[in-house]
Amino acid sequence: MTQSTPAPTDPPAADSTAKRALVELDNVNKHFGSFQALKDINLTIPEGQVAIVVGPSGSGKSTLCRTINRLETIDEGGTIRIDGKPLPAEGKGLAQLRADVGMVFQSFNLFAHKSIVENVTLGPIKVKGLKKSQAQEEAMALLERVGVAQQAKKMPAQLSGGQQQRVAIARALAMRPKVMLFDEPTSALDPEMVQEVLDVMVQLAHEGMTMVVVTHEMGFARKAGDRVIFMDQGAILEDTEPESFFTHPQHPRAKDFLGKILTH
Amino acid sequence: MNGFLELFADYDIFGAFWMNIRLTLLAAVGSFVLGTVLAIFRISPVGSLRGIGTAYVNTIRNTPLTIIMVLGVLAVWGQLKIEFFQDFDLNFFTYAVIALSLYHASFVCEAIRSGVNTVPLGQAEAARAIGLSFLPAARLVVLPQALRGAVTPLGNTLIALTKNTTVAAAASVAEASGLMKSMIEFNPDLMIYIFLTIAIGFCIIVIPMGILTTWLSDKLAVAR
Repeated sequence: MTQSTPAPTDPPAADSTAKRALVELDNVNKHFGSFQALKDINLTIPEGQVAIVVGPSGSGKSTLCRTINRLETIDEGGTIRIDGKPLPAEGKGLAQLRADVGMVFQSFNLFAHKSIVENVTLGPIKVKGLKKSQAQEEAMALLERVGVAQQAKKMPAQLSGGQQQRVAIARALAMRPKVMLFDEPTSALDPEMVQEVLDVMVQLAHEGMTMVVVTHEMGFARKAGDRVIFMDQGAILEDTEPESFFTHPQHPRAKDFLGKILTH
Repeated sequence: MNGFLELFADYDIFGAFWMNIRLTLLAAVGSFVLGTVLAIFRISPVGSLRGIGTAYVNTIRNTPLTIIMVLGVLAVWGQLKIEFFQDFDLNFFTYAVIALSLYHASFVCEAIRSGVNTVPLGQAEAARAIGLSFLPAARLVVLPQALRGAVTPLGNTLIALTKNTTVAAAASVAEASGLMKSMIEFNPDLMIYIFLTIAIGFCIIVIPMGILTTWLSDKLAVAR
């Protein structure tokens, strides 16, 4: 940064932080009893990257996603850092770090006893200490952005799956997270509702949000992904650009997987 | 039937039932508060708290209420001389409320825990994912839904509590069943009518509770 050439479009220090590592997994292993769900995962996701995690069912991709905000614990010896800070084991520190990591679940998990707008304002009010009026204003803006502002006063069960999932995205965004995790966000949706959710995610990706997306939507992976991570049996087998993954998969199991999902 | 109506003049039947109602109301509040705390213990991530909750429920739930009531009066008051109030009646009334609260808290705890089981795990995960730690997540997300799912078992516990207030007679509290005993003692010829009077009195108190429970459980049910 030089004082002589003021560049109003560049935020200060943008250059030095543009590619900082937001999510770092070092030597992450995870056992469920004797079953090893994750094997020696080493992964760095820089700011602004959209990483698509694909793989057959039971390959550990959801587990990987859930370890990043410690909904799943990991075996000793591994570390996970969010924006340079190691994930604490539990307590207030963990809660604070989780607030920086937005999570969207396969089954939406909207708070069933709270209205749509209350779902979005709960975190900002109770975790960030925002005033109710301000939280509501921000929530309405977010609901507008994902296209469900009309439904703000309804209860979750009154909305379609696609609408509920868009609310879930708004709820996560309301915490102003540094990174967003999507755990098969469209897998529980009726086919005609998949696109409306993917559209919101594509828009988010284009706005520069750092995202880790576990999905079977290969169209989305090609369109919005910067990187495809292929997992099988708990290990990362391939980690490359979407185009080369889809056109020239290297690993035999990746070829096999693509052959199965792209034929129908 | 001769002399039946005089019973109402000779004995304070309504006053005795009013005592059962007061015992019910105070012990309902006491057992609900303690039961909620125990339920939080039992679902908490801290192993020692879970142990305390489980031990409490298993001990108290499996001990007859009469034993707890008599233990309070004979041991805590009689032996340890712990007195809450100078006034004899008020002191024993307090003992009765405490015994009823301690006992029914174990049932309230289990009722709430059964309600917690109606709340999908994803609700707690979503709460944790937006940065709520255990207690706020329990207070704001899990328990409000759990309580709605626990209305029916909580109502059953309240009904059992109402009828169990008669055990307070063991702590010399002047309530309806104790009064029944002395009425029968002095009017054995009216025994059937006296029984029926007390039984119908309890029905009048308890039946609305059942109706209210059913109505509330429909009204408060969480749509998923």
